[in-house]
Amino acid sequence: MKIETNYPNTWCPGCGNFAILEAMKKAIQEIGQEKVVLVADIGCNSKIVDYLNVSSLGSLHGRPIPSASGIKIANPELKVVVFTGDGGSLNEGISHLIHAAKKNTDITVIMHNNRLFALTTGQYTASSPKGFKGKSTPDGSIEEPLNTLELMMAAKASFIGRTYSSKIDYTKKMIIEAINHKGFSFIEVLQPCPSFFNTFQFYNEKVYEADANEKLIKEWNYDEKGRIPLGVFHKEERPTYEDEI
Amino acid sequence: MKKDYSILIGGEAGQGSRKAGLIIAKIFNRMGYNVFIHDDYQSLIKGGHSFSQIRASDEECLTHRKKVDFILALDKKTIEKHKAILNKGGIIISGERPYEIVKELNGGRIMGNIAMIAIFSKHIGIDWKILSSILKKEISRDIEKNLEIAKKAYNETKELFKIEKIKNKVSPLVTGNEAIALGAIDAGLDIYSAYPMTPATSILHYLAEKRKTITTQVENEIAVINSIIGSAYAGKRSMTGTSGGGFALMTEAISFASIAEIPILVVNSQRAGPASGVPTYSAQGDLLFSLNSGHGDIVRFVASPGDANEAYYLSGTLLNLAWKYQTPTILLTDKELSESTYKFYPKKIKKEKELLWDNKGEYERYAQTENGISPMAYPGKTIVKATSYEHDRKGYTTEDAETIIAMQDKRLRKFKEMEKALDELETVKVYGNKKSKKAVICWGSTKGAVKEASLKLGLKVIQILFLQPFPIKELKKALKGVDKLVSVECNSTGQLSVLLSQNGIKVDKQILKYDARPLNPEDLELKLKKI
Ligand SMILES: Cc1ncc(C[n+]2csc(CCOP(=O)(O)OP(=O)(O)O)c2C)c(N)n1
Ligand code: SF4
Repeated sequence: MKIETNYPNTWCPGCGNFAILEAMKKAIQEIGQEKVVLVADIGCNSKIVDYLNVSSLGSLHGRPIPSASGIKIANPELKVVVFTGDGGSLNEGISHLIHAAKKNTDITVIMHNNRLFALTTGQYTASSPKGFKGKSTPDGSIEEPLNTLELMMAAKASFIGRTYSSKIDYTKKMIIEAINHKGFSFIEVLQPCPSFFNTFQFYNEKVYEADANEKLIKEWNYDEKGRIPLGVFHKEERPTYEDEI
Repeated sequence: MKKDYSILIGGEAGQGSRKAGLIIAKIFNRMGYNVFIHDDYQSLIKGGHSFSQIRASDEECLTHRKKVDFILALDKKTIEKHKAILNKGGIIISGERPYEIVKELNGGRIMGNIAMIAIFSKHIGIDWKILSSILKKEISRDIEKNLEIAKKAYNETKELFKIEKIKNKVSPLVTGNEAIALGAIDAGLDIYSAYPMTPATSILHYLAEKRKTITTQVENEIAVINSIIGSAYAGKRSMTGTSGGGFALMTEAISFASIAEIPILVVNSQRAGPASGVPTYSAQGDLLFSLNSGHGDIVRFVASPGDANEAYYLSGTLLNLAWKYQTPTILLTDKELSESTYKFYPKKIKKEKELLWDNKGEYERYAQTENGISPMAYPGKTIVKATSYEHDRKGYTTEDAETIIAMQDKRLRKFKEMEKALDELETVKVYGNKKSKKAVICWGSTKGAVKEASLKLGLKVIQILFLQPFPIKELKKALKGVDKLVSVECNSTGQLSVLLSQNGIKVDKQILKYDARPLNPEDLELKLKKI
């Protein structure tokens, strides 16, 4: 069964999402197409499910995580993977992200972090840098960004990783590791959005594949300073929600 | 002579008046009576004032009466608050002696309610054997001590008269919420998920305790409904229950379930008032909201039961309908039905199989069919693409004008089928004098009081069970020969009249009640007489 679909791709040329799609195709082919179910948010990121010949549920904005939890409870055999954005999971649906991590729901959340609402043409999110000039903040956002990985640590996510979209093989490997992880896995994919927030050069200069650990989460605070570590920062085995239910 | 007894037992929250009320009802049930309990309690955990009104009758009894024959007062406030509704010749049993007995025998204070039950039982001539066997069944802790207390209270009390046994079947007693849970279980419920909200919470408690389904409590109502949508997409029959505020939070996802054609059952048990309202009191203020819940051009099944047997039937039926038509369904009820206790003898519901894909060719989740219903398949077996976006047959997002029309038309055909489904269902009920030119129309929990008052006056009663799609054919039949139509509802704007007028039916007079208390047949009878 082929992994691609005939669906016309509508991402902007050069968008970081293309690379994530490539990584995902490879990951799914290794894991097995039938076993995987994708659950999508609403946003540029979420279009990915139309490009993959895999079962999928397109949920509401901010709500793919509860939908995914429902699928996993109903059929624990399925490997359930959520695609969401920083808008979807750090703004609209942040409560679900925290609760799924806390419960150790056995799903994988892949958050495309382009650090703004892209599909609504560029407004700031909880991940945008302070001073971000979007359409709703012409004078610059006045809020500090959230350190997503720190949040996931506090919420007790049992797998926390960060990758960069341009690193396709690295991303693929991390996705496979996350899907195979028993418990809640969270991957932040740094994803440039050339149309509204082109961060390619910024990340190309700053990211590095780290020998990651929890302490390294603090190395980057979503600002201009220092280097940006990639890797799996935290991984632990603990009973999943579905095991205990 | 008609045998019809009403008993009010009251006290502070924590004194066990509700439990005592249930035990008294079970005693009457054992004696062959029809019983009904209305529970009134406040939104607090200890103190305050709560009471139960138990009614036992040799005739059908689906409502309490305003006046009572006995007041069992676990505290003084109960007497002050309720003595005005005591019938002439009625009896008050005050809490002093019960609590003295408890003290004399070194019992826990909570056992006062058991002493009270024993005194009452002796007064009305219940055999010790019956009383003690019910107590043994109903009391879970310190049974020896409780029985000792009951025995002493029983022995020292005078028998005032002996209530007669009735040759009636003894059936289980259930609350409306329990009936809702049982109906869904019989229709194949797999998963119930909820966030606590009175008066729906006891469905969650009951199912969690019963352990026949997976029961989860998740972070909020939005999570709840999106989660059951996920479970249903994966092939499991899923349901939730909430009240107005929680239901409001769920509405975006009701629309999602409609476009994605994912079957779910949502119970909206109404409480009084907008917003947080009056949490533990009843109203029928969400009718139009429920009918219009979820944005976009959608049709859902909405039905409302009038007693526990109907609650069971409609809950199971709606779950079956949800799966047959792949649509959200809403069971609209209220505090009065959810938490009142009824005698339970329902028509059995069975799980009806959904339309499944035949495994031939490539699966299309939204395949175009004549009746708009596409066969279902579940992820893991084949590729199943469903979405909240408008989509093509396979479930891919679309913005194409023709596809948009084709998909909406497919759903419209399905909505038509849903309308046709009404022909096979009991959607409207008629009671009383079928020849009467004056008819009283109602929906939901007011059925009991409306029926009782109207029948006494020789009127026709029309009860609407299905509110969407609207059973216009059946209703027109029921309205034949009627020249004066009176509506009765527990809201202030006459939402049923609005619904009826949208369907070309004029209501001549409205009786509206919005003090958050349930209707009672006596007051209603007076009002109906004046019309
Ligand atoms: C309830 C609701 N509110 C708002 C929207 C509009 N909306 C669509 S996508 C989006 C934000 C997308 O941002 P993000 O999640 O970061 O995804 P991206 O487009 O950047 O990939 C919003 C607000 C919506 N679809 N639903
Ligand atoms: S707007 Fe940004 S994120 Fe969306 S497709 Fe275009 S480049 Fe990608």
